[in-house]
This record gives sequence, structure tokens and C-alpha cells, in this order.
Amino acid sequence: MATSTEATPYTIVIGLEVHVQLLTETKLFCGCRNRFGDPPNTNVCPICLGMPGVLPVMNQKAFQLALRAAVALNCQIARFTKWDRKNYYYPDLPKNYQISQYDLPFSHDGYLEIPTADGGTKRVGIIRVHLEEDAGKLLHAERGGKSQVDLNRAGTPLLEIVTKPDMNSPAEARTFLEELRLLLRYLEVSDCNMQEGSLRCDANINLHVQHNGQTVATPIVEVKNMNSFKAVEAAMAYEARRQYEEWLRTGAKLGEVPKETRGWDENRAVTVSQRRKEEASDYRYFPEPDLVPVVVSEQMLQEVRSQIGEFPAQRRLRLAAEYGIPEYDARVIVELGKAFADYFEQFARGLENPKNASNWMLQDVQRTLNAKGWTIEQFPVRPEKLADLVSRIERREINTHAAREVFAEMIESGRDPGAIIAERGLTMVSDEQQLKAIVDQVLDENPKVLEDFKKKKGKKRKQVAGFVRGLIMRQTKGRADAALVERLVNEALVARTGVPLE
Amino acid sequence: MALSAEQVQAVALLARLRLTDEELAVMTGQLNKIVEYVEQLHEVDTKDVEPLAHPLPISNVFREDRLRPSLPRDVALRNAPDTDGEFFLVPPVLD
Repeated sequence: MATSTEATPYTIVIGLEVHVQLLTETKLFCGCRNRFGDPPNTNVCPICLGMPGVLPVMNQKAFQLALRAAVALNCQIARFTKWDRKNYYYPDLPKNYQISQYDLPFSHDGYLEIPTADGGTKRVGIIRVHLEEDAGKLLHAERGGKSQVDLNRAGTPLLEIVTKPDMNSPAEARTFLEELRLLLRYLEVSDCNMQEGSLRCDANINLHVQHNGQTVATPIVEVKNMNSFKAVEAAMAYEARRQYEEWLRTGAKLGEVPKETRGWDENRAVTVSQRRKEEASDYRYFPEPDLVPVVVSEQMLQEVRSQIGEFPAQRRLRLAAEYGIPEYDARVIVELGKAFADYFEQFARGLENPKNASNWMLQDVQRTLNAKGWTIEQFPVRPEKLADLVSRIERREINTHAAREVFAEMIESGRDPGAIIAERGLTMVSDEQQLKAIVDQVLDENPKVLEDFKKKKGKKRKQVAGFVRGLIMRQTKGRADAALVERLVNEALVARTGVPLE
Repeated sequence: MALSAEQVQAVALLARLRLTDEELAVMTGQLNKIVEYVEQLHEVDTKDVEPLAHPLPISNVFREDRLRPSLPRDVALRNAPDTDGEFFLVPPVLD
């Protein structure tokens, strides 16, 4: 064997199995609320509790969102699809079977394009996407105690996305997940929040080792319990090293040992063996007799395609190019969904500098949405009105401080910015003579400030100037032109004390 | 095709049934009778028949994504063998 090799003598092969929860109001087969974080067992009914004699009925929105995701993932859509029972016993599954899709999933054979490190793109194949119900949540007991079961999540709609083993590095696995999240968030299919479990990911990984001129595949390991994108990347990197060392030690090849499942231990940053499957689980799938099949018509597909429109990856590039905003801003705007990006574009068109639009969207608007728990559709200020407000800052009619005050009132009352500015007298004071007089008056009344300015040095001296600016702003009720005030204060301080600003 | 006692034992395990040797013998006999009965279907020529996904000739039954009241929690938990008032309680589970 060579004594030193810069590159690793193996290729990493990774395939992902991703589960995402759909953004529906209600569960997949009943009208219970589909929401994370509610008090345990408050969103349950006889259907999702698996009571005998109940009948599940498919949520149309869930099926539409599933179709939207599959179309966006370039999948073939099956014209005829049905559901099956997957039987197993676990306390988080009240019916003792999960309604899933087995031999006729609604979509298959797609791909997602991801950016590569060298600036190109790469296609990651999608084997299938299917729609199934989620299980409840089990809170494991302390030693000796009982386990708690919360069935709020039981029966919520879940999309399973299985990729081909097309990723060849931990970074690619992470990039795939980032692109998938961008796509599904933008299309408002899922919020893809790994912390809250609305995106969950398992990985299958092995190595193709170059050995004596031949390629040897190591046993495939399934890795679970990765709770962030960072964890996926770290777990894959760890697992590749571990498998290579194990191969050097044992020489075990694919097919020679039972498939192993390992869990990622975040604290110790290692994977830990959970079990070895001696044989495939026997889920005794059979067609779900309580649900009728779905036939997807050309019209349904057209509708879904028209809802998608421009893809997020393209829109991100276009926003950055067309509006000249930073790529980071464009990415975040697109990730916040189609409606958010639509709002941004309407807003930005009404401004001289679109960067102001992205700043307002990602700071003031976003903060308000978070605080009120609103979506952008629920935000009461229309983009043209917000553009009216912010363009007044651009024209130096009001300053940012006053604009924030107007913004708050616009959210409350829905009134026009012009009326609010007039009523509250918020027009910016930018008359140089007027402001200079105020600066002189303030300095006359506060002689100690001049002494401080003389005594202090560097940053401290600058802080004194800041303090004076604050006094001016108070005098003018926050309406003064901030840039002009800064210049006038600096000039006056330097002139009166004879020491420079720095 | 006759089912062996081992196959019946495997099915019993999947259904979480613990069978005595006598029960296993009885079940194996009875299950084989059922399978034999169903096997009569093999006599039908199904060469040109499409597989059936559902016995009803209906498709695309949907409901709107509209909220309906859930059960009050005390009602939801009422029939459970064990609860703490918030959760269903089950014996500790080993994964």
C-alpha cells in the first residue's frame, strides 16, 4: 500500500430518506388541527386515535401540496395511485398500522439540482415521493417509569422523499437538504424546521474503496437521529472515516454482514450502533380498504404547474440581478416563501434603491410578522403603501426614526403614511440654519459636555458627540436629519474645544 | 401450498399472539383449510385482468382542509388503561 495519499482512497456514497410535514390546517384523514407545540392530546379525535368503525377521508390540500412538491422535484406523476397499510406495533401508532404508499406511490423518478463546490450544478436523483401519515410522539420514561404518548402528531400529513445514492460527500448531503428546504419553503409545502421535526432525515452511507485496482463496496449503514443540517454533515464525515477504518481492520464487504443502523450522538460527535437487521422487517403491506384510489388528471397537473411558476433557485438569482440586492438577502427572501418574495418585488419597484426594500422586509416587516404570528398575507400594510413610506426616507422627507413610528401606526390603523406624517408633524428638520441654532443652544446649556470632549480620547470622545446628537434629537422630537446633525455637532465640538474628533 | 407450523408461528409473532404447541397445531390445520379454500381462485384465468386496487369503482374522494372540533382531552383519554391526565401512559419502550 502507498505510504501516503493526499486524497482518500475511496468514494463516499450517500442516499437520503427525508420526511417533511405538510403545511395544512388539518390532519391527513380527519379535521383535527395539524400544529406543532399544542398541549398533548388536544388535537385528537376518534379517527386519528384509531377507534374502531371510523372512516378516514383524504385531505385535498395535502394531496395538492404533495403533488406540488413532486412536480417541483421533476418527478413522474403516477396517473393512478393508492394507499396501503404498513403493519407494526408501536405505542405511537394507535391503529397498529400506518397508512402509507407501497407499490403505487403517487410519484417517482425525479431529481433536484444542487450547486457544486466548483460553481457548477449536479443532479441528485429522486427515487420516489409518497404521501403517508405521521405517527404520534413517545416521550421515553426515566428508568422504571412509564412512557408518555402524545397523539397530536398522529395522522398528520407527511411526505417521504427518497433519493438515489447520488451524493458523494458530507457537504453534498447538506447542500441537497438546503436546496430541498429552499424549494419546499418557497412553494409553501412545508416549513422544514428540523428542530421542530417538520423535516427529518435519515441517511444511508457506504464507501467504494479502491483496492488493488478494484472497487470494493463496504456494508451500507443507516444513520439516524441527526437533528440539524450541521449534524448530517458531521455524521456523514464521521461515518466515512469510521467505515474506512473498519474496512482496513476487518475487510468486511457489502453483503457479508447484516445491515446496521447507527444513531448520531451529537454530544460525543460519534455514531453508535443501534441494531443489526437480520432480515427485512415484515410489514405485511396490503391495500388500504378504507381509502379509494386517486386518479390524477391532466387538469389537476396543469393546476399544480401553474401554482408553481418560477422556481426558487431561478428567482433567487433573478432577485439579486434585477434589484441589485446581496445574494444573501435574495436567498432569505425566497426562503420565506413565494408570497413574501412577491411582496418584496412590489415593494422594491416603488423605491429608488431596492436594497432599502430588502432591509425593511428582513428587519421591520419580518420582526412584526414574528411578533404577531402573521403570514405575509395577513400583514395589513400593502406593498405600495410601504413603498410610499420608505420612499419618503429616500427623498429625505422623514428620517428612519420617524418612519418607524409611522410604520407602527400604519399597522394599527391602516392609514396612509402621508396623513400620519402630517398629523404628527414628523416631517424631517433638515434646514441647516435651524439645526445649527439648536446645536449652539444645546452646547450653551451643557458646558460640561465640552470639557468631557476635551478630556476624553478616541472612542470615548466620539461617545460624547453621540450624546450631544441624542440631545438634539430630543429637542427636535426625533425629526432631525440624522446625517446633517452628525456633521453639525462634530463641527461645533471641534470649533469650540479646539481638539480634533479622533 | 401448505403452511408449515414455523410459518404460522412467524405470523403469530407478528400479530403478537403467544400460542401453545396445541394451539399452534390447531391453527396450522385451520389456516391451511382457509388457504386451500382461497386457492380455488387459481382455477380462474386472470391473464388479461388488471390487478384491482380497490373493490369500489370510485376514486378521488377528498375532504376540504377545514378544521373540525377535536375531542376534549379528558374524553380522549377516558378509555385508556393508564393516563396521567395529559398523556396516554404505556410500559417503557425499548427501541
